Amino acid sequence: MSQWPTLTRQGLWNNNPALVQLLGLCPLLAVSTTVVNSLGLALATLFVMVGSSTAVSLVRHQVPNAVRLPAFVMIIAAFVTCAELLMAAYAYPLYQLLGIFIPLIVTNCAILGRADAFASRQPVGLAALDGLMMGLGFGIVLVVLGGLRELLGQGTLFSDMALLLGPMAEGWQLTLAKDYQFLFFVLPPGAFFVAGMLIALKNAIDQRRAQRTHPVVTSRTERRVRVTGVIK
Amino acid sequence: MSMLHASQATDAPVSMTSTSPTAPLMRWVMAATLPGIIAMTAWFGLGVLSNIVLAAAFGLLLESVVLRLRKRPVVPALNDSSALLTGVLLGASLPPASPWWLIGVGMVAAVVIAKQLYGGLGHNPFNPAMVGYALLLVSFPAYMTLWAPPQPLISDTLWAQIMGTLPATQIDALSGATPLDAFKQKADGLSAAQFWASDPLPAGTLNAWRMISLAWLAGGILLLAKRIISWHIPAALLGSMLILAALFHLLDADQFASPTLHLLTGATLFGAFFIATDPVSAATSRRGKLLYGAGIGILIVVIRNLGGYPDAVAFGVLLMNLCVPLIDLYTVPRPQGHYRGVP
Repeated sequence: MSQWPTLTRQGLWNNNPALVQLLGLCPLLAVSTTVVNSLGLALATLFVMVGSSTAVSLVRHQVPNAVRLPAFVMIIAAFVTCAELLMAAYAYPLYQLLGIFIPLIVTNCAILGRADAFASRQPVGLAALDGLMMGLGFGIVLVVLGGLRELLGQGTLFSDMALLLGPMAEGWQLTLAKDYQFLFFVLPPGAFFVAGMLIALKNAIDQRRAQRTHPVVTSRTERRVRVTGVIK
Repeated sequence: MSMLHASQATDAPVSMTSTSPTAPLMRWVMAATLPGIIAMTAWFGLGVLSNIVLAAAFGLLLESVVLRLRKRPVVPALNDSSALLTGVLLGASLPPASPWWLIGVGMVAAVVIAKQLYGGLGHNPFNPAMVGYALLLVSFPAYMTLWAPPQPLISDTLWAQIMGTLPATQIDALSGATPLDAFKQKADGLSAAQFWASDPLPAGTLNAWRMISLAWLAGGILLLAKRIISWHIPAALLGSMLILAALFHLLDADQFASPTLHLLTGATLFGAFFIATDPVSAATSRRGKLLYGAGIGILIVVIRNLGGYPDAVAFGVLLMNLCVPLIDLYTVPRPQGHYRGVP
């Protein structure tokens, strides 16, 4: 149990799949145009990540080392199929909107990476927690990115949330700027730009924190460049 | 003297003078833009000047704000006039009397993102003015692709256009297309001769574009004469562009515009002398410059003829900026006695 806080911190911040490992960028950048798209993909990815990490950990002693990667991909694909069918059943409009990016969760390297690097060597409880935290870390970045791009690109927030959450989310849309459109943030280059800014922000926060705990004292003495002759 | 401290050491040849060596260079480039700017103003009205003044003001403002945030000395950087020049070049590229916010967004992209985020003058891999232009073209196509026909110096709607208060319907009514755009949009099956016979452009448009291009050429010749730019990039750019455009034109004269239309309308001459020659983002060696210029010329024709955009100088320059590290790697002059090969 002592590893729980560490795993949580690793997944959400220190080793965040989207901001630090930079894995799974393809769906991250392609889908994050609005909050609802992001949230849909984030939930699907989270589900697959927890499920596959747990399952991989359960079968870890039975799978020979030589075929472990195909076996893990099969397990992940099974969970992706579940997620896809669930989405088609309960959030059909969103399922159509996300299209190819739901089946493509299989190829999200963050998931296979965690399955191979962590879940295949750890007991079930820890593997499930790692999957949950990594999935949450990925999902939070995805939703923040979607929110920023929706806000900067269309001037709205939480538009069309009813696609995912049903009629109760009908009136959630916040319109912060009317008749506003900034296509750059809607198109893929905007995704790269905002994701880069988020990574920069994370690094800046880390640096500031490191400075506070271990202040680096810059030495005031001047560096000697070249010495000719004897110093007197 | 027995020892030398880092704080006293100077990089000898670079900082012989206390003022920035970049400043006179930038001022000469700005002087060379005058013929082009005067010609544009004469044909398209004071909206051209308002673009340039606003963009230059935004440039200076943003540069000083970012430098202060980066805790760098502000005054020497402003004195080198590079932010001012970026403003002048972006302002000259935008449709006349662009709204102030459009210019502001473009200059944020140019100065803050393309230049200062990469480390400031001398460190930007992309031409700042063209990054601003490309971002605006992608983001606000409605404002960027409609170019008003030639008009008197002061039009009635000038102020409303700059303040961005003109309703969208009126903007459409005011605007025309550039000759390249009009030719690209012509109906299928219409031959080139029929197209030009049908008077597709408001009176004087073609002539205005030709004269403006020649004015930019005059400024470019001044830059060449003052040895501020070398002939390699413009010559390679214009040469490859003309050859490829001629080949396309020979293949199908009705679909692909003639080389002279490519040369004398649109941003070709402006781009060849003022944009592609930016010493920071262009290739450095002579062979590299030839390759770099030729690449831009080819991209301009390919995108104009086969792509979705009527003009392509900005995209051509940005794409070749991307190739500059590779070009420089393979074209560094070989020192005597060294083997050819990748360093």
